[in-house]
Amino acid sequence: MKALSQQRRHPLAVLVLMVLALLLTGGLYAVATTTNEAKAQTQTYTAQDVEEGQKLFLANCSTCHGMDGAGTPSGPSLVGVGAAAVDFQVGTGRMPMQMNGPQAEKKPVQFDDEQVQQLAGYVATLGAGPNVPEQEYLDVAEGNAANGAKVFLANCAMCHNAAGAGGALTRGKYAPSLMEVEEKHIYEAMQTGPQNMPVFNDANITPEEKRDVITYLKTLETAPSPGGFALGSLGPVSEGLFVWSIGLAVIIGFTVWLTSRSA
Amino acid sequence: MSTSTDYEYKAQTGTGRIANFVDTRVGMSPIVKEFGRKIFPDHWSFMFGEVALYTFVILLLSGTFLALWFDPSMAALEYEGSYVPMQGVEMSAAYASTLDISFDIRGGLFLRQLHHWSALVFAAAVSVHMLRVFFTGAFRRPRELNWLVGVGLFLLAIVAGFTGYSLPDDVLSGNGLRIADAILKAIPIVGAYLSMFLFGGEFPGHDIIPRLYIIHVLLIPAVILMLIVVHLFMVVVHKHTQFPGPGRTENNVVGFPVGPVYAAKAGGFFFIVFGIMALMAGTTTINAIWNYGPYDPSPVQAGSQPDWYMGFTDGAVRLMPGTWPWNWEWTFWGMSIPMNVLLPMVPIMVLFALMAAWPWLERWVTKDNREHHILDRPRNAPFRTAMGAAGVTFYTVMLVAASGDLIATHFHVSLNDVIYWLRAAYFLAPILAFIITRRICLSLQRKDREIVLHGRETGRVQQLPHGEFIEVHEPLDEYKRYRLVDFPDYQVQPPQPNGKGRITGTEKLRGRLSRWFFEDRVAPVTPAELEAAHHHHEAEAVTAGPQDRELVR
Repeated sequence: MKALSQQRRHPLAVLVLMVLALLLTGGLYAVATTTNEAKAQTQTYTAQDVEEGQKLFLANCSTCHGMDGAGTPSGPSLVGVGAAAVDFQVGTGRMPMQMNGPQAEKKPVQFDDEQVQQLAGYVATLGAGPNVPEQEYLDVAEGNAANGAKVFLANCAMCHNAAGAGGALTRGKYAPSLMEVEEKHIYEAMQTGPQNMPVFNDANITPEEKRDVITYLKTLETAPSPGGFALGSLGPVSEGLFVWSIGLAVIIGFTVWLTSRSA
Repeated sequence: MSTSTDYEYKAQTGTGRIANFVDTRVGMSPIVKEFGRKIFPDHWSFMFGEVALYTFVILLLSGTFLALWFDPSMAALEYEGSYVPMQGVEMSAAYASTLDISFDIRGGLFLRQLHHWSALVFAAAVSVHMLRVFFTGAFRRPRELNWLVGVGLFLLAIVAGFTGYSLPDDVLSGNGLRIADAILKAIPIVGAYLSMFLFGGEFPGHDIIPRLYIIHVLLIPAVILMLIVVHLFMVVVHKHTQFPGPGRTENNVVGFPVGPVYAAKAGGFFFIVFGIMALMAGTTTINAIWNYGPYDPSPVQAGSQPDWYMGFTDGAVRLMPGTWPWNWEWTFWGMSIPMNVLLPMVPIMVLFALMAAWPWLERWVTKDNREHHILDRPRNAPFRTAMGAAGVTFYTVMLVAASGDLIATHFHVSLNDVIYWLRAAYFLAPILAFIITRRICLSLQRKDREIVLHGRETGRVQQLPHGEFIEVHEPLDEYKRYRLVDFPDYQVQPPQPNGKGRITGTEKLRGRLSRWFFEDRVAPVTPAELEAAHHHHEAEAVTAGPQDRELVR
């Protein structure tokens, strides 16, 4: 111990300290991030799934993502995106992409559930990544809508609108409507951050909170609108349009009727 | 008094006795007699002022109900009402009581929606009424002051709306207040002081909701009510304007008396408007505050817009570039002036100043100081109609810009492109609107002239004995002709020297404006022209009687 303290003024001491500090923070970060993945990586895929998945991948995805899924100039690498990303992108029809554009649009799903699972299984073997969510985190009966509203309004409403009706982003990109989206897809979107969406990992929004958000969205979707027609839940613009079109038209109709009957 | 005479009126019926009792004490009958004989002309476009008045009455009634339950306090509490997604959330008493009105008080949501829809329709009715007055020239002498009162009411309607929708203290209304705060702070030198004064310290503080509340429920309605009284009083004094038509002159009003016709029509119309508002309130959501959540200064949700009547200010700020072509936040003597907030407000103020001053501007340019009780059909005042269209277009571009994000998502275009196009439209669309509107007006006038001189085309083609084909034109009915020829014929008034024989700079400007306005014009048909045209068309059996000389001025 004495020898160490005698060396404390050595010119390289600062360097050693720096390396130690970096190792420590890096190590802690690695531990922190792997806890998410360790929890997620539970669903297992059979060897046959992976094999079938690879065939599907080569036939449908490799043009852009490369033969080994490592990406090409036309498409990003899929190493480490995990099964959840595949389940979301392919399961909502966004992938395979129909055409290049500001962002991949939702469209009819191109594969059946088994094929989606096989593709997910194959991509999961490319590198460790988040797996599809477990059933217990998708059960809205277990969720807390009030807490979900809090999390949603603080994290999601800026882009997706307070009622989840969607909103515009820059240069043709947009945050889609969250109505009639499957529970697991909402979860996977938060977990993997598709398109322009940021990743909300489990340290940021815990799986239980993700379930609360899903519960809140499902409450909005299923509960009848308290005030009658919601006009798309778009706020003052649709209300103003309603007044200037239908409201004023009805009033003008009556004024014309009243003044056409001259006593 | 009647006791000194032999005869005292004895009413036969119960109602009559009550009426007579009141009349002999307060003398209502001369007032009722005078007012009951007021004549109002019939035209659908004259009824928007009434719509505004009736929606204002609905606002007073529904607002009183809301005031009984609304708690204008920013004290924090935990929500315990029946709306599940907000249970246990910390919020202000104002927001919690608005949720209670919406979910726990019987009929509360209906009355909240009735109040808010009526506010939107009130502002819309006031605007349409103003546009009607502007485009028909009803603001001309002697009604200039009433136009100013109207401008005041329009501005107050906007302030009333803004203070109202800021009260629930949800995220959306807080965003609106934040922008109002930003605009206040952008005012050089005094801005920060004004903001601190209004909010009682740093935004948002704990004072703004109670202050807005008292402004919204006491000050603004009182001033609006007072101005409405002045407005209606002046309508009675000036009498109502009328569109040109047979028998209608600058010295009479042709229409129906208040008693019994208009009293019944207007009274019935109140219930119609109330019914329409109640139908809207009962079926259609407005301002779903439960979605927005309690105010928190950090988030601004997608699709955050003000109510439509404030939209143009929001749009103006959205159109303003942030740093292009240079940084708009200027610094003078250590004082920072955010021009990107301040600058968009300047054209808005110019627009409103022009609107308020228009009666005087027009009188100055046309040198027309006569009284006008006969309205212009908009086409017959191309310069004014075109200026109005330009103003409306400018306003609309700003209003549309406020919903740029929704246009982007709903028409699948880029938000940036929407704003770029609207920036171009902000400068070009009013000019285009002016040119196009003026051309349309002039063409319509030419069409009217053609119809007066040659009658309507019937589509029947005849062959004359010598082989020529002609289309038969049907002569115009005298009553209809009156409508087409009775309008003031403004002409270019070149600049004139003053008493000292000098043409001043202002007079030169006036001359230029006059030329710009009236260089292109279509004159009303003169009796001589009509005579000549009829001679020309004798073969088509046009009946030209001696009365034409009177009908066609």
